[in-house]
Amino acid sequence: MSDETLLIDAPAAWESEIGDPQPHGTLPRLLAGIPAHGPMSLEDHLAVHGPAPASTRRRGRRGESPLIEQIAQAGLRGHGGAGFPTATKLRAVADSRGRAIVVVNAAEGEPASLKDRTLLHALPHLVLDGAQLAAEAVGADELIVCVCESAPASSDSATMAIAERRGLSVDSARIHIAAVPGNYVAGQESALVNHLNGGPAIPTFTPPMVFQQGVRRRPTLVANAETLAHLALIARHGPEWFRQLGIPSQPGSALVTLSGAVAHPGVYEIEHGASLHSLTDAAGGTLGDPRALLVGGYGGSWIGRELLRGVALSDEHLAPHAASLGAGVIALLSENACPVAETARVTRWLSEQSAGQCGPCVHGLDSIASSVEEIAGGIAQADATQRIARLATLVRRRGACGHPDGVARLVTTALDAFGPELADHARHGPCEDCARPAQLPLPADGRLDRPSHKPVSWR
Amino acid sequence: MSQRLRVNPISCEAHGMCAELLPERISLDEWGYPIVNEEPLPPALLDHARRAAQACPTFALLLTRDRDRGS
Repeated sequence: MSDETLLIDAPAAWESEIGDPQPHGTLPRLLAGIPAHGPMSLEDHLAVHGPAPASTRRRGRRGESPLIEQIAQAGLRGHGGAGFPTATKLRAVADSRGRAIVVVNAAEGEPASLKDRTLLHALPHLVLDGAQLAAEAVGADELIVCVCESAPASSDSATMAIAERRGLSVDSARIHIAAVPGNYVAGQESALVNHLNGGPAIPTFTPPMVFQQGVRRRPTLVANAETLAHLALIARHGPEWFRQLGIPSQPGSALVTLSGAVAHPGVYEIEHGASLHSLTDAAGGTLGDPRALLVGGYGGSWIGRELLRGVALSDEHLAPHAASLGAGVIALLSENACPVAETARVTRWLSEQSAGQCGPCVHGLDSIASSVEEIAGGIAQADATQRIARLATLVRRRGACGHPDGVARLVTTALDAFGPELADHARHGPCEDCARPAQLPLPADGRLDRPSHKPVSWR
Repeated sequence: MSQRLRVNPISCEAHGMCAELLPERISLDEWGYPIVNEEPLPPALLDHARRAAQACPTFALLLTRDRDRGS
């Protein structure tokens, strides 16, 4: 992230909606009323959104919580990256034997993503509302908010919000905060549970699935912070309201972290299916003619310059590009950045982020990273791109978690998007742009050490 | 109820016994780790699959019934 200031877009037209308890079919939803600085107080939160519904408890012993039914009708899917249907997850936990636990996942190990820490920092009560409602729906009496240790401001904000909420009648679950290491796979569901159980923050083999046996062997709902914020609004306004934004296959809105070649990088709320163009317009326009888009996350997909014009931001629209919205990372590569060097650097970092547990991931990602580096350095064998494609196929679905699959996706889409650039590097070695400072942020750069959301401002 | 083979990739240490005992379903990648065909096993291969699973020194090869599989 090159900008010191995080901008949260809020066009003038949105401001009239703030305070309206039921804004219909308009943005912002999650970001409604977001303060220019610091967290939103409980009082302001209640003024903007109204109180959360009193009870979402299941009806009868075998009945289902009405909230889960609402979430199913709304079609809410997870915003942590995998896009799993939230109602299915809630049901699995609710139907498992034993007292459940809810884990709020704001680990956000994606270096180019800031939306979860920003959300928790600026709008903690929306996340906590969602967490409490989810806890009630699945019969949990305990909540753990997991925040990346590199985001102390978000953690502090959540701590203060929890204190503010004491005595709030809707809150039934005990709640505490846990710091999570910043490694890439720490936010993976089983890694988070492993960490909370006293182990390292690396994935475990499943089964047991965490919904059956998670934290302290209890049924555990691990839900992304943004997903819970959406849940809090669906509980208030209902599924029909939720579906007034977005597209039928992906209703509602999403937070995205826009970075790179735009005037105002930052966290934005978009309607699913919105054009990339409308997003970059809201961010003050692109800087120059961006060379490519990296969408989803670092285990995401490259889309080359010539295809950028028509890009719309939903999984359905992105599927033909072998892409998905994932964790909402939208990184526009500058026209003078080298896509080959950037891909080589990120791929190496991702290979180093392997937890080192699964053979195909350990050996495969290292081999993939070496091949990309060799191309970037002009020292690759003639069949290097075929080797990358073959290795990508070889590592898919062969780890305990999806990490190798993400790397496979990154490099295969790079092969598609940067064919001429790869061939040029393979033949002639590093290009002029290779010498420039890298654009995509990595934690080792130190650029992410500071709380990213210090001054939250909006236009 | 159909049964399938699955590898626990965390436990697997690339001993390669499984590929020797069940080449119909398991091959090895260039680092010696098994590539397993996870389609339901035909009855004729069930005994062989069981033997391969039992032969694994790290108990990384698993025979699963469909309902045991997570999503």
